[in-house]
Amino acid sequence: MKRILAGGLLGLSLSAAAHAEPVKIGVITTLSGGGAGLGIDMRDAFALAIKQSGNKEIELVVEDDAQKPELAVQIADKMIQSDKVDLLTGIIWSNLAMAVVPNAVAQDVIYLSPNAGPSALAGAGCNANYFNVAYQNDNFHEAMGQYANQDYKKTFILAPNYPAGKDSLTGFKRYYKGELAGELYTQVGQTDYAAEIAQIRASGADSVFFFLPGGMGIAFMKQYAQSGVGIPVLGPGFSFSQDVLPAIGDAALGVKNSASWAKDIDNEANKAFVEAFVAEYKRLPSIYAAQSWDTANLILSALGKASVKDKEAFRAALKSADFKSVRGDFTFNTNNHPIQNIYVREVVKEGDTLTNKIIATAFEKHGDAYAEQCKM
Amino acid sequence: MSARETAANILIVALLTAIPLAAIVLDEPFYLTLATRIVILALAATGLNIALGLGGLVSFGHAAFFGLGGYVAGILASHALNMEPLVFGLPATQSMPVIALVAIAVAALVALPIGAISLRTSGVYFIMITLAFAQMIYYFAVSWPAYGGEDGLPMALRNAFPLVNTAKPLPFFLVCLAVLAAALVLFRLIRGSRFGAALQVGRQNPTRLAAVGISPFGIRLAAFVISAMVAALAGVLFANLNRFASPSMLSWQMSGELIVLIVLGGKDRLLGPLAGAMLYVFFEYTLGGLTERWQFFLGLILLGVMLFARGGLLGILAGRTRHG
Amino acid sequence: MQLPLLLEQLLNGLQLGVMLFLMAAGLTLIFGVMGLINLAHGSLYMIGAFACASVAAATGSFWIGLAASLAAAAAAGALLEMLVIRRLYARDHLDQVLATFALILILSEGTRWLFGSFPLYLDIPPLLQGAVPLPGGGQYQLYRLAIIGVGVLVAVGLYWLIARTRLGMRIRAGESDREMIGALGVDISSLYTIVFALGAALAGFAGALVGALQSVQVGMGEPVLILAFVVIVIGGIGSIKGALVGAILVGVVDTMGRFLLPQILALMLPAAQAGMAGAALASMLIYIVMALILALRPRGLFSAEA
Repeated sequence: MKRILAGGLLGLSLSAAAHAEPVKIGVITTLSGGGAGLGIDMRDAFALAIKQSGNKEIELVVEDDAQKPELAVQIADKMIQSDKVDLLTGIIWSNLAMAVVPNAVAQDVIYLSPNAGPSALAGAGCNANYFNVAYQNDNFHEAMGQYANQDYKKTFILAPNYPAGKDSLTGFKRYYKGELAGELYTQVGQTDYAAEIAQIRASGADSVFFFLPGGMGIAFMKQYAQSGVGIPVLGPGFSFSQDVLPAIGDAALGVKNSASWAKDIDNEANKAFVEAFVAEYKRLPSIYAAQSWDTANLILSALGKASVKDKEAFRAALKSADFKSVRGDFTFNTNNHPIQNIYVREVVKEGDTLTNKIIATAFEKHGDAYAEQCKM
Repeated sequence: MSARETAANILIVALLTAIPLAAIVLDEPFYLTLATRIVILALAATGLNIALGLGGLVSFGHAAFFGLGGYVAGILASHALNMEPLVFGLPATQSMPVIALVAIAVAALVALPIGAISLRTSGVYFIMITLAFAQMIYYFAVSWPAYGGEDGLPMALRNAFPLVNTAKPLPFFLVCLAVLAAALVLFRLIRGSRFGAALQVGRQNPTRLAAVGISPFGIRLAAFVISAMVAALAGVLFANLNRFASPSMLSWQMSGELIVLIVLGGKDRLLGPLAGAMLYVFFEYTLGGLTERWQFFLGLILLGVMLFARGGLLGILAGRTRHG
Repeated sequence: MQLPLLLEQLLNGLQLGVMLFLMAAGLTLIFGVMGLINLAHGSLYMIGAFACASVAAATGSFWIGLAASLAAAAAAGALLEMLVIRRLYARDHLDQVLATFALILILSEGTRWLFGSFPLYLDIPPLLQGAVPLPGGGQYQLYRLAIIGVGVLVAVGLYWLIARTRLGMRIRAGESDREMIGALGVDISSLYTIVFALGAALAGFAGALVGALQSVQVGMGEPVLILAFVVIVIGGIGSIKGALVGAILVGVVDTMGRFLLPQILALMLPAAQAGMAGAALASMLIYIVMALILALRPRGLFSAEA
């Protein structure tokens, strides 16, 4: 019945056809366990953007991956084979993206990444069906390396001992020109950093760069502040995002961090986004919410131009990135990864609330180091 | 086997065959994916059941062998795809039977020292030392960069099987089903053999075993190694199903899940692991689609089964066995 | 390498060990008296941390939060024991593993339901902020020193409780001969509830203390749980003394491994590679130590049953 109705509408007006077409979007994200906060921000922003668009023909299928790669693969299979979704999105973590994306895009399903950007999918492993609306994993770290050149000559760097951690330090070193006071790999999931902080103190460093996502970063920042080691800290925005700042507390004040977004970026789309998100969910949005909002709006813009059933045309519509990004200028590189500004932010207090304020632009219209290897 | 248990077994097998039929009739290919997952998890748990059910060896580290199988499949296939030889210039391969043999051999080589050391202990110590070995392998996989570390190792294609197109869901399911059937036959053969009898006596009454002059150590070690080999075989298939091998296959949660499958279905039962896998995947699938709090309800259900349905699903269906 | 840094790292290892002892003591006591493997012990640790963080946020006092963590974890422990755990004593280890595995799922998701999905804030109390000087010119954080002190007090307290009090006598009786306590006219079921609640309170206390250093979030108990199991198995299950020795051994070996292994490997390998290989080896180190100890002493260092 619904389909007949939609068909009737299609006949009535050609220009409205693209809007009236039923579209199913599969959202695989993390809604349980320790990393649930990120997935919930992602899902909430996405759902809000779709709701605001007023497009009633879009159906969201949301499922929790519990941060397990195997489960994410199973859900992706279900969404592709059983729900027959037109588009997939939602994954927060690189290792889950590596499990799901190559298989999904090989089945000619379009996947839009609202967060993870592993290097393996940006270079030789790129794919016409894979669009990264967030960043390539190295980007924020590169920005911090670039920014560190201004003030620092001897940085101590540390990250977890896994691929994203190695990408992070590689990204930092790609732009950092000073000397390293030390380079340390910590255990994945480690919660006590006393041993590492003692080494930082003893290293004679003039600054510390760290990449420790999730609870690891919270633990590190608290312990670092408590230890009284006064060396300035630098980090990618993940550890100072709105979802974790309240848990770190004042220990985060004044820390410089890099990101493609902050709530004070001055443009119409961003103002509207922050206002709408706060009104709907009574909390400030995180960068995951911002990226997810952009992903939804990119999809909406493409739906206005082409039918999702016509893959070729729809991919072209996505690639033109003809939407108002909350990050300002946003275009796709040859490998379908963003070209965007990366900012340096500082953690400040607005009333009682910790949040970020942009203080500098590390890169303008920055792509990634892997685009050349992408043959598409 | 009692008549009632036979009936229960027939019911389980009928249910399992109903899933692919439903998939074809209702044009829901995903049901086949689910059925394949059930079969592979059942295979891994059947492997574990050789050590756990027959020998009473509660290994909390069988994810190690399951994951090793997955990595053997992923590593051999990725080398073959990139035309890189393996260590010592050995050729890599895409052939699933060859990969399965390699995985089984690797698992045996790893299980032998782990078993030999672990079997010096018993009871809770055994549970925990097997966990420790699995954790070592897990952390090694997470931090070793060559094959993806924490990100895992994607496989571009499923391994090839002679005369079968493994890329299609139904043939791949049938391959997995055949392997499970073979493993169940192996389990029955072992249970009925003198070796199996000694194993079960060793579990129930070790002194009696010693009295007839058999050392339980050798028997248990053999059971442990065989059990690891079957788990590795399941790992090969699981990596093929997901086209992905990852450290989470080696995690302690995975070891726990394998134990859960056995207990949920009914230990000491031939089809216990299969029944448990069906129930577990069913709950995971339906609850996951219903609510984001699915783990809460999954926990409640597991706890309920544990407290009020002793002997697991087959215990309910087939009545108590002599072991309770 | 300078002596103060080495001393600081030793203290860090000791502090980690003391924290593990708080977890392991309850675990080993519960196993020794009731013969129960409790995988949900890490969830009680999490409950303690959440109770402390939310009460501290509401009242503004860490100390009230700390008291609340003890109360909440003990109450949760007693409740769990009466509702679920006591039905498991007569079961084998397999059933216990499964049932307490299910409890982890329930308690983790239940906590997230109650407290939301975002990590909570908990800081160390003003009284314990700052650092104290170490001999040789280094300095050490006061709060961590206090944790070490608390751990020593708890160890002494437990020793006194078990060796000198009526409750302790019953616990010892329960460990060596379950039928005897029945014969002594002790109400076994309330003894079991008390022991379980005591173990839970210690876990919750550890969670609260550590919550001020780390991130208070769902799932925080699981890595600690695995380490606590390593501790009690190394020490010998059922032995408080074993738990203490095992905990300090694990704490020191883990910390020193993370600190020293990359530096040792750096003598042979380039820096970045040494860092990675060292970190990989360090994460496996305590499991290697555990396997070695069990290979040589299959019942741990101080088995209560040996």
